[in-house]
Amino acid sequence: MTVQIATTPLDAMHRREGARMVPFAGFHMPLSYTSIVTEHHVCRNKAALFDVSHMGRLRFDGEGSEALLDKLLTRKISDMPVGGVRYGLICNEQGGILDDILVSHLETPSQQRYHLMVVNASNRKKICSWIEKLLPEFPRVTFSDRTEITAMIAVQGPLAIEVSKRLFNFDPSRLRYYNATITDQFSKPVVVSRTGYTGEDGFELICRAEEASRIWENLLLVGRNAGFAPAGLGARDTLRLEAGMPLYGHELNDEVDPLSAGLQFACTFDDRDFIGSKALKALSTEPLRMMRVGLMPDTKRPAREGYTVLNADGTKVGHVTSGSQSPTLGRPIAMAYVRREDIIPGDLEIDIRGTRVPAAIVKLPFFRRK
Amino acid sequence: MTRDQTQLLYAATHEWADIEEIDGEKIATVGVSAFAIEQLNDLVYMDLPEVGREVATGDELGEVESVKAVSPLYSPVSGEVVEVHTDLPDQLENLNADPYDFGWIVKIRLSGDAAVEGLLTFEDYQRQCSESA
Repeated sequence: MTVQIATTPLDAMHRREGARMVPFAGFHMPLSYTSIVTEHHVCRNKAALFDVSHMGRLRFDGEGSEALLDKLLTRKISDMPVGGVRYGLICNEQGGILDDILVSHLETPSQQRYHLMVVNASNRKKICSWIEKLLPEFPRVTFSDRTEITAMIAVQGPLAIEVSKRLFNFDPSRLRYYNATITDQFSKPVVVSRTGYTGEDGFELICRAEEASRIWENLLLVGRNAGFAPAGLGARDTLRLEAGMPLYGHELNDEVDPLSAGLQFACTFDDRDFIGSKALKALSTEPLRMMRVGLMPDTKRPAREGYTVLNADGTKVGHVTSGSQSPTLGRPIAMAYVRREDIIPGDLEIDIRGTRVPAAIVKLPFFRRK
Repeated sequence: MTRDQTQLLYAATHEWADIEEIDGEKIATVGVSAFAIEQLNDLVYMDLPEVGREVATGDELGEVESVKAVSPLYSPVSGEVVEVHTDLPDQLENLNADPYDFGWIVKIRLSGDAAVEGLLTFEDYQRQCSESA
């Protein structure tokens, strides 16, 4: 059996740049163009361009959209004004996480309002099915999967906003953090949001698929002299890890609840119910069994997903969910779930390929931009 | 010295071996090919064996770790590890630049003539690499 792997609208751009391509969530994606570490540093010091078109883009139009989203998400959406973006989770009835998402409230130039949700590429089919089950309850909502007719580019780094100003018909520095707008780029509409997955300033841009190459080239044209470069999935992972951001399939899955994951801020419980709220409210009355923490192993060798975390007695008390060498800190960092009662004492060790290495508990994020 | 990569022998697993006669003993200097280093990009850690360790062809000598993954290093020959490049793990960026000279990893005293069986010539190794690309 062969699995069909799709290409993003920017595939030709990646191959032209000589990217190392890997299959990811059903798409051929660039792992790196030069090296993961080089691209990571470009993002932290200048700005990097990421093709994130593989992610799902789902649109909600019509009366009842907000009620549907309020039911679907841990986060309340119905009080979010036009221009707002919120991070939230989709849970099952047991409070297990099905996906982590961003949803924006947008208004077109012709004053049509809608909501746009960005979901993880690997969860897109699952989430679409989940939403389709809800639609009969909200008959005036139009739900459409816009992934294949659009593309998405993230520009992240301290120079991202300033240098990109010339490209847009508005001043992106006036867009507040976690806000979005529809503007145009050489008279073609684009959605721009001041969001990202790297811990840097910058924006994410959604355009029609056929516009993607042109916009990517324009970004490189204005940015190259300032030090912009494309960056792949490898750097995307080391950047988000340094920023302490969870990744579905690692820190998040349907056996983990938002509270244990440290994502209480993405849940609005007061005076409302959503799918999973009963289970989560019950959980919140008890101390959590496991909690997500940051770890710094005292070694040169990265701790990786799946490695065991032990306490001073040599008892297994947790597991690493993500880990790598941190290019910015120059040492390994990791995120793990650890039993609540073993977190304060803090004499933890990680079994790194047969060697038990002491690991300090560190508050997330590992890196914060100035 | 500058090793000529076309004169070295190669394991299918991308290790190179430079076999020399020194004081009546056959010593293999072992490293990893430029092709493999290129694939392994962004090296962050290397685990080396201890001097004195006996290895058979195909045994795991150690491990090399990139940002993304751990890769085993296999011994291309059989014998005893007599020298280890202990400075190398702290200078992995130089390994990238110079896989055949600075990039030597271990020296192994061969255990006999059969110790080098199964190694590929440069041409055969190149062919294998282009077939897998």
